[in-house]
Amino acid sequence: MALLEVTQLSISFLQYTKGSRQQTVTVMENLDLAVNEGEIVAVVGASGSGKSLLAHAIMGILPANAVYSGSIRYGGELLDEHLLRQYRGNEIALVPQSVTYLNPLMRVGSQLQTKLDGKAQASERKGLFKRLGLGEHVNRLFPFQLSGGMARKVLVSTAAHSRSRLIIADEPTPGMHPADVAEALSHFKQLAEEGCAVLFITHDIEAAIQIANRVAVIYAGAVVEVAPASDFQGEGEQLRHPYSKALWQALPGNGFIPIAGSQPSKSMDLQGCLFADRCMSAVDSCMSKQPEPRQLRGGTVRCLHAT
Amino acid sequence: MRLEGKGIGWRYGNGPWLFSDYDIAIQPGESVGLIGPSGSGKTSLGRLLAGYEKPLTGEVSVPGRSPNHTGYDPVQMIFQHPERAVNPRWSMARTLTEGWSPDAPLLDALGIKDDWLRRYPNELSGGELQRCCIARALGPNTKFLIADEMTTMLDAVTQAQIWHTVLEIASKRQIGLLVISHDHLLVNRICSRIIPFG
Repeated sequence: MALLEVTQLSISFLQYTKGSRQQTVTVMENLDLAVNEGEIVAVVGASGSGKSLLAHAIMGILPANAVYSGSIRYGGELLDEHLLRQYRGNEIALVPQSVTYLNPLMRVGSQLQTKLDGKAQASERKGLFKRLGLGEHVNRLFPFQLSGGMARKVLVSTAAHSRSRLIIADEPTPGMHPADVAEALSHFKQLAEEGCAVLFITHDIEAAIQIANRVAVIYAGAVVEVAPASDFQGEGEQLRHPYSKALWQALPGNGFIPIAGSQPSKSMDLQGCLFADRCMSAVDSCMSKQPEPRQLRGGTVRCLHAT
Repeated sequence: MRLEGKGIGWRYGNGPWLFSDYDIAIQPGESVGLIGPSGSGKTSLGRLLAGYEKPLTGEVSVPGRSPNHTGYDPVQMIFQHPERAVNPRWSMARTLTEGWSPDAPLLDALGIKDDWLRRYPNELSGGELQRCCIARALGPNTKFLIADEMTTMLDAVTQAQIWHTVLEIASKRQIGLLVISHDHLLVNRICSRIIPFG
């Protein structure tokens, strides 16, 4: 059984348009994803596709005007407000995406130390600081005194300790130097080998395929493909969905080839496949109905044409 | 007509010097990469060149910068964390038009949608915000652009798209680019010259 199981997750925002008139904007629809113990599942995809929202939904920290439906299960139990309160920051840890999640008025050292931390955690963190190349003096700094890369490392060290059973890492590596990225990744890998489940949200596909077992590709709030990490190679022939291929071929090291257009915003109420208007092989049937996920070559894909 | 830093030095408080007696020059229309480890002072160097701070030693010379830093600066900087570069209480429409009014083709090229303009920064993703920050910085009087990890938070397709747009505009208007990044592959792709830093 999967440790974390997200089924049919939909998220929408309630917005004021004019005066007291409100409208609902759906940003994620029927997302399914599961992470097993000891497994790293990378979530890659377009910026603004809802990767962070997924993390926030799991942690129960969506903004007040968000409405969500579907279910999130942790170890078989429905992860509700009550259960979250028990596990959050304890068994379930979040590596937040942005430096703004640090308290600007607290020194780094004192905000990393939570009430639950004992000596073991403190020495573990010390070791992690050393591995990531953060000096002892960083503990005494305030967040504004950290550089972008240093702040990332501090954020990584907030969650990556052995108490965690599930780590949601939301873009933990951008802005870090390659050597430090490798160090952070190997630390996540090590935690996974010890039985921790890691949901690794990133757009750094190269980093993702280094450590992940499976890679989920998100586009416009839907998982369009789940593939074994080893399928990301060569020209991307092994990949199932056209968006995954485009993503792979747009890497600076591969082809740096952009595709035209941009991700649809869900408020437009699309009937058909979300990727249809940018897809080379789209036909009429793609416009009428959104393809359901189906199994293909050891992965899943939401595309009519994938072979 | 180049952006030039001569013998510039910077440190925070009484801390160690991040760099001292450092020389750098960027010609109009060229694209220069700056690569170095985190915390080595790349962003601080960018801030000095963009005029956010005055260097402790040496000087920065920019053609067309007003003596008391009023009005639209010819050196625009795009930051690594867009959510910290915009006013959280301003709508995107107000943020976008702070320096100039971006025209429709530019907004289109950067993939900025009309309905974003009514939203507030916390209702946009990092990537969407960054596109707005780029549009804001590409005013007609921009002569140099400092891109500090500009596309680090974007997916590969969007990154390629945005860089193709920015490079096209830069070459058309002869804007000089300083690309601060950790991504060797990206910098090799887009820069004609690479400066190792720190």
